[in-house]
Amino acid sequence: MFTSNPEDTICAVSTPPGVSAIGVIRLSGAESRHIIGKIFQARDKSFTSMNAQSHTLHFGTIASGDELIDDVLVSFFLAPHSYTGEDVVEISCHGSPYIRRRILEELVNHGARMAHTGEFTLRAFLNHKFDLSQAEAIADLIAADSKISHDLAMSQLRGGFSAEIRKLRDQLLEFASLLVLELDFSEEDVEFADRSRLMELLQQILQKVSSLKDSFSLGNVLKQGIPVTITGRPNVGKSTLLNALLNEEKALVSEIPGTTRDAIEDVLNINGVTFRFIDTAGLRRPEDTVETMGVERTWEKISKASVILYVFDISEADTSSILEDINAISEKIRNTGSRLVLIGNKTDLLIELPHHFRELVEMETIFISAKRRENVNLISESLLRSVESDKIGDTSIISNLRHYEALSKALESVTAMIQGMDEKRSTDLLTIDLHAALHHLGTITGEITTDDILGSIFSRFCIGK
Amino acid sequence: MFKKYDIIVVGAGHAGCEAAAAAARMGSSVLLITMSMTNMAQMSCNPSMGGIAKGQIVREIDALGGLSGIVTDHTMIQFRMLNRSKGPAMWSPRAQSDRMRFSEKWRELLESIPNLDFWQDLVTGIRCNEGKVVGVFTALRMEIDADALILTNGTFLNGTIHIGEKTFSGGRIGESSAFHLTENLNELGFEHARMKTGTPVRVDGRSIDFSRLEEQKGDEQPGKFSYTDTPPLLRQRSCYVAYTDPDVHDVLRKGFDKSPLFTGRIKGRGPRYCPSIEDKIERFSHRDRHQLFVEPEGWNTAEYYLNGFSSSLPEDIQYEALRKIKGFEHARIFRPGYAIEYDYFPPVQLLPTLETKIVERLYFAGQINGTTGYEEAAAQGLMAGINAHLKLHKGNEFVLKRSEAYIGVLIDDLVTKGVDEPYRMFTSRAEFRILLRQDNADFRLTPKGFDLGLISKERNEQVLHKQEQIDEVVKWMKGESVSPEQINPHLETIKSAPISQKIKIFQILLRPEVSLQGLLEVLPNASSKIRSFGISDKESLEKMEILVKYETYIIKEQEMADKLTKFEDLVLKDDFDYQQLTSISFEAREKLSRIKPRTIGQASRIPGVSPADISVLIVYISR
Repeated sequence: MFTSNPEDTICAVSTPPGVSAIGVIRLSGAESRHIIGKIFQARDKSFTSMNAQSHTLHFGTIASGDELIDDVLVSFFLAPHSYTGEDVVEISCHGSPYIRRRILEELVNHGARMAHTGEFTLRAFLNHKFDLSQAEAIADLIAADSKISHDLAMSQLRGGFSAEIRKLRDQLLEFASLLVLELDFSEEDVEFADRSRLMELLQQILQKVSSLKDSFSLGNVLKQGIPVTITGRPNVGKSTLLNALLNEEKALVSEIPGTTRDAIEDVLNINGVTFRFIDTAGLRRPEDTVETMGVERTWEKISKASVILYVFDISEADTSSILEDINAISEKIRNTGSRLVLIGNKTDLLIELPHHFRELVEMETIFISAKRRENVNLISESLLRSVESDKIGDTSIISNLRHYEALSKALESVTAMIQGMDEKRSTDLLTIDLHAALHHLGTITGEITTDDILGSIFSRFCIGK
Repeated sequence: MFKKYDIIVVGAGHAGCEAAAAAARMGSSVLLITMSMTNMAQMSCNPSMGGIAKGQIVREIDALGGLSGIVTDHTMIQFRMLNRSKGPAMWSPRAQSDRMRFSEKWRELLESIPNLDFWQDLVTGIRCNEGKVVGVFTALRMEIDADALILTNGTFLNGTIHIGEKTFSGGRIGESSAFHLTENLNELGFEHARMKTGTPVRVDGRSIDFSRLEEQKGDEQPGKFSYTDTPPLLRQRSCYVAYTDPDVHDVLRKGFDKSPLFTGRIKGRGPRYCPSIEDKIERFSHRDRHQLFVEPEGWNTAEYYLNGFSSSLPEDIQYEALRKIKGFEHARIFRPGYAIEYDYFPPVQLLPTLETKIVERLYFAGQINGTTGYEEAAAQGLMAGINAHLKLHKGNEFVLKRSEAYIGVLIDDLVTKGVDEPYRMFTSRAEFRILLRQDNADFRLTPKGFDLGLISKERNEQVLHKQEQIDEVVKWMKGESVSPEQINPHLETIKSAPISQKIKIFQILLRPEVSLQGLLEVLPNASSKIRSFGISDKESLEKMEILVKYETYIIKEQEMADKLTKFEDLVLKDDFDYQQLTSISFEAREKLSRIKPRTIGQASRIPGVSPADISVLIVYISR
């Protein structure tokens, strides 16, 4: 699984490769202070790295013999109060690949070893700096490239998510103890919690687990970007609009291959939220089979999007086909929670809004000129509203597939249990599903399930002949 | 005077008797030493075997070739299958036994084993050479040689009896306790601690007004414990239910200032699930009554055991309170209740074979390990006897998994977690109770008993054959359909929804209200089919019905059990140096070093070892 010696002091560049303003090199292990002492000369001549205090920052130079490599800032984090739980030294240098390589060379020359992928995190885990679910959060954090995704990872890292699951599990455990009590002392006249109250508790748990589970789709969307589809008839200005949006935000724009092989997606970051724009072939009556396939794909993309921007040309006199499209799309996304936003394009061609489009104002409609880039910012604002802030601030959001699966299985078990209670199944059978639920919730936080039940019983009930 | 024995068993209680019988029947020469040949296999507390989780253990003992089930069947005066209304994992056989005949039957069976000798004496010390057992010293100043030793001292080690402010030395009331052995074991390096248990008054049945009590009859069709052809129970005696009330509680409270429990004279930890009556009143003061069971002690005796009235209050308080109970207004008593404190040896000092970690070929079984209950003791005795024999003659060992038997759960709990109060088996201690049913103990364990040499070839083949036949019938029921005409009249009489088209027998049987017995009465084809398989006996039909009705649950648990087995297969070396694992907690390092778990699975069950510690351990052993 992992073949290196944990006694080694390891080093690696912690910032992304390529040219950047600064670069950070991290060193972890018992020899960290010793090794940095060999190559680092602090401005403060009285400073020696072996006497460095934890959580302090020192300015100075790194040199190899007579050759000055760089001016650097060196921070010290002493065991166990560091990320890995070992002595950690972080060197902030200038971001040129040459400088970083030279510093690494010096570290290795003085006894450090290049770290394997994930080795810092593994050490942190081995030193009990966090549990499994937090370890996953760190992986997410490193991969996070938007603010909300970052918030999500941070809240999971601080244990918020584990804590919520643990609370849930405790409730279930209490329930388990009641049922077990009933089984092992069924010969005696002990008082048990009444079934309707237990059912109530189960329903509560059911609701909680399923809302956590449902938040997976939101959580996942936030991490991967919210899918947005721009659609409409040909030549209504879809491409112009997309370009306008991308320009308007002057944000980081990249082209990444989409989920389907034939599509290219544009990713746009608005105020820290990632949106994924899915291009479509457009909507049109299928006249030949090639066209039919394109239209089918468009519908498929519409059904996958969280926001559908339907673009139409307000200078178009015939509104019937537009209304037809709108109705079809509304029908398609009914009950899916997706939003349809109408974009009336080409305001530059008209002086005032034609009467026959007035009824569309009833729906969410934004009138723009993509060509002149007028009101395009209104679309950005509208898109941001798709991310309801309360869903992110207060509620836990599941964004990890393993958690999602565990919650799904727990949900399955709780549902089976409720069904079993409805069918008046024997308690010992119900506990099979209950233990399965405890097990699955336990796998999220890394808790083991079976033993802690008896403990809570005897203090609360009078049992025993 | 004595030859050198393979094995000496010290103590002839439930553990000692099973240990001696198993080892001798497997072929070892065994000497059973007891302080009193007239008190073998005593039921020191209530005259009953089995009950929830315990009944399953007795079935397992029987399936492996132990004798407790046979003795119970021969001596029972009432049989009930508890929890019939619940799922089959909870069905638990329980018997009232004739206390004196129980002891007598055990002695008779033991005396019929050729390799087994007896000696009445008190063992006072263990003779060791280079960390291995070589024999014992006794109070009669004998030195007896043996290659292995099984200690089953029960409550006798430095036993102290408490009744009110009176304190006596004794191992049971009227019997002296065993001295010197604890001190000798301490010298060898063993740690010991104290535990407490108690027993209620025995009442003269001639003075009880039974018309004022609720009668509790045995089952109309009584079952049995043993899978062998022990005699059926033809007539039964009833038990009765009585209740305490506030007047009874008031009288008992008068004695609290003299209670050794409350004055702190008793230091040993008692079982929370089997509290004395004064404990119940004190801790659950809001309850104005407590249930009592009045259990006859035998066929021909007037003595009754008052289950639930265990007490160490002064005898006059016990007597006065007893007479306040409805039906007991004129009661006379044979002997008072009392509490007893005794030495036990924390069982984390044992290997999963029940051999001690400090002295080779020395085994502990029963209450000396901090357990309570005849069934738990007998199971440990059987396993210690088997393992002592295997160690001497075969060099292998016999350990049951938690997913194989309650006995596996019991011993794994003891050696992994230790005990902080007298340990009793509960169904909730088992992760996979639907796999560990009383009805399938023979399928689970009899082939193992045969391999050990405790089960005859004939009996083993019967079990294997039966299992095959039952599987065949279940398969047949999955493929065979019934028509609405055949089955609807029957469904109507049992208020089950009629069917509209042909349906598999298996499907019909899944309905909770449908029984196999009922189906066979109206389906002559199925009935003759099952008869042709030669397994139409009541027990086999019951097994089939369970396999059909609870199939989904059984599959679910089997899957969980298989998952767990993965960790049981990750072996930790005996000499693994946990102290070098600086990345796990200090407590975990200490516990792991002390308990020396054999597998990751066992390590994960040690209290104080966190899941995070286990993750680290897995990372280390996979490197």
